[in-house]
Amino acid sequence: MDTILKVEHLKKYFAVNVGGPFARHKASLKAVDDVSFEVGRGETVGLVGETGCGKTTVGRTIVGLYAPTAGTITYCDENLCALTREAMRKVRSKLQMIFQDPYASLNPRMTVGSIVEEPMDIFSIGTMAERRERVQELLRTVGLDPEHTNRFPHEFSGGQRQRIGIARSLAMNPEFIVADEPISALDVSIQAQIVNMLEDLQQNLGLTYLFIAHDLAMVKHISDRVIVLYLGKIVEVDESKDIYKHPLHPYTKALLSAVPIPDPRVEMQRQRIVLKGDLPSPVNPPSGCHFRTRCPIAQPICAEKQPELRDMGSGHVVACHFAG
Amino acid sequence: MDENNVLMRIQGLTTNFHTYAGVVHAVDDMTLTVPKDSVVGIVGESGSGKSVTMMSVMRLIPNPPGRIEGGHVWFDGAALGMPDRMEKDGPNKGMVDLLSLSAESMMKVRGRHIAMIFQDPMVSLNPVLTIGLQLTESMVVHGLATKEGAWKRAVDMLALVGIPKPEERMRDYPHQYSGGMRQRVMIAMALSCSPELVIADEPTTSLDVTVQAQILELMKELKAKLKSSIIIISHDLSIVAGIADKVVVMYAGRILEEADVYDLYEKPGHPYTVGLMKSVPRLDAENRERLVPIEGSPPDLLAPPVGCKFAPRCKYAMNICREQEPPLVTVGQGHRARCFLHHPTAPAVPGFVKVE
Repeated sequence: MDTILKVEHLKKYFAVNVGGPFARHKASLKAVDDVSFEVGRGETVGLVGETGCGKTTVGRTIVGLYAPTAGTITYCDENLCALTREAMRKVRSKLQMIFQDPYASLNPRMTVGSIVEEPMDIFSIGTMAERRERVQELLRTVGLDPEHTNRFPHEFSGGQRQRIGIARSLAMNPEFIVADEPISALDVSIQAQIVNMLEDLQQNLGLTYLFIAHDLAMVKHISDRVIVLYLGKIVEVDESKDIYKHPLHPYTKALLSAVPIPDPRVEMQRQRIVLKGDLPSPVNPPSGCHFRTRCPIAQPICAEKQPELRDMGSGHVVACHFAG
Repeated sequence: MDENNVLMRIQGLTTNFHTYAGVVHAVDDMTLTVPKDSVVGIVGESGSGKSVTMMSVMRLIPNPPGRIEGGHVWFDGAALGMPDRMEKDGPNKGMVDLLSLSAESMMKVRGRHIAMIFQDPMVSLNPVLTIGLQLTESMVVHGLATKEGAWKRAVDMLALVGIPKPEERMRDYPHQYSGGMRQRVMIAMALSCSPELVIADEPTTSLDVTVQAQILELMKELKAKLKSSIIIISHDLSIVAGIADKVVVMYAGRILEEADVYDLYEKPGHPYTVGLMKSVPRLDAENRERLVPIEGSPPDLLAPPVGCKFAPRCKYAMNICREQEPPLVTVGQGHRARCFLHHPTAPAVPGFVKVE
């Protein structure tokens, strides 16, 4: 498969104050800690995990909203981390992002037309008339009425606003889109509309997606492969249809069993693995395997040695001493 | 249903909001029975009126702009300990209408007999008071215990909801708790006065899926231990599937369907319910099938459509659906649906079970 994006040993640490906002003692919060993966052209890769596992940070670092602490991001044979500002700007037009909250990501003072047109404006593409035409075309593509270019975001519902955000991300004819929880702020009946549209756009425009979400059922539905993150580290990667049937990491197993299924008879019979406690602080993660504090099968070795990602065959990798 | 087994009966509840733009009919002619010792799930999208219904029951609708403009909320009078307010005769014998109570009497009901678990524990806990103070407050106010007694019981409650080292954690502030822990505190607080009814308004929406599973398991466990009825409000049909005995589907301020949990998922009697089920992917699905969304968006309640409120988005809408609102008809044992497709002369529709 033609690799479009390659992330190698990516690290992103944030400096935080320990002991209150006025304390002088600095510590580093390891949001993403040595993450490596590849995305093939035309593929949809799902990135899942709990709040604070670093999934959004990975997405934001890829599109250049954060500068990585260490590691490389290679996009179409170009190392994004080594590019100059000017060169990065050019590449960025091919790398776009869809944001989670359509209420916060659209400027309330700009009309829909200017929101969608802005990227083309910045890159000085075409004449004004051509840009206008392109805006109309984009709005049609995402299922909005092209007549609405002069309206403001507040005149639209949540689902329609997310469509505006998607139209904006498509304006530069991108190849790669990071979709950061694009449907979690929407009503159930609207989510399917947006997901189907994303699938159609992928077909028609040959897009590659990095789909970040915490809803495993939706990730399984839309993705070809799934990456499971825990406290800034990858714990398991597999084809989405296989990961549901044969999860190897205890964390993946617990995540899957926590997802409710809309069928009372199935729910009655399910044996649920309920994880104890909460995610530990990423400022001070547990030694060895980060998951050991909540793991049902943890052994003394887990506290001493960090498990490496091991290949279990056919692209299935897992980081657990006891997997397989 | 056994008449003695009814804990609460909402009858014809109508709540409107009077705004500058016009009247919003948030809840319209809502009728619902909550049996004792049961879990009722209310499912609906944002704006369907599910939260407003429960706020009306608690009499917490801000007035103005909101007003409860009709209906009754009958609650078991023996449980309330208000023998003088009970109906002497008729179908609601022994029940008290919560909407007729004075503001002071209602304060004795809230927290003591009906408690609420809110969606966002960050917002609903007071950040400047200790957890201990907030937990004991309602027990002391309702005169159920002295300060010392309430403190002891609060420690027990924290232990019951699975907070480690409860004695120490009583003196902590909400920010020292994680999201899941705060929701556990909310549950402990709601249960502290042993209310007959607990209303959980989207109790897991702001939580991670693993913590959501913890909270749902905890609620099931506590339900078996304590004799409270639970109303669980959610936008997610799958959350309700595992916990509820009876499910009510709401849309645009109305009940569209009400059924036993098994009936609802096996033979849904309303196109909206069918649509909701088809629009979410199932984790246990074998193949990757395309989702079937419900087209369009929920109606504007300032100018709702004439006739059936779901008709503009319904694949099977007939002419009559756009002219008249269908009544809520009984389609089976404890199964009601608001759809003309159940009418004997309506055409059969594939994928839709018509129940006579």
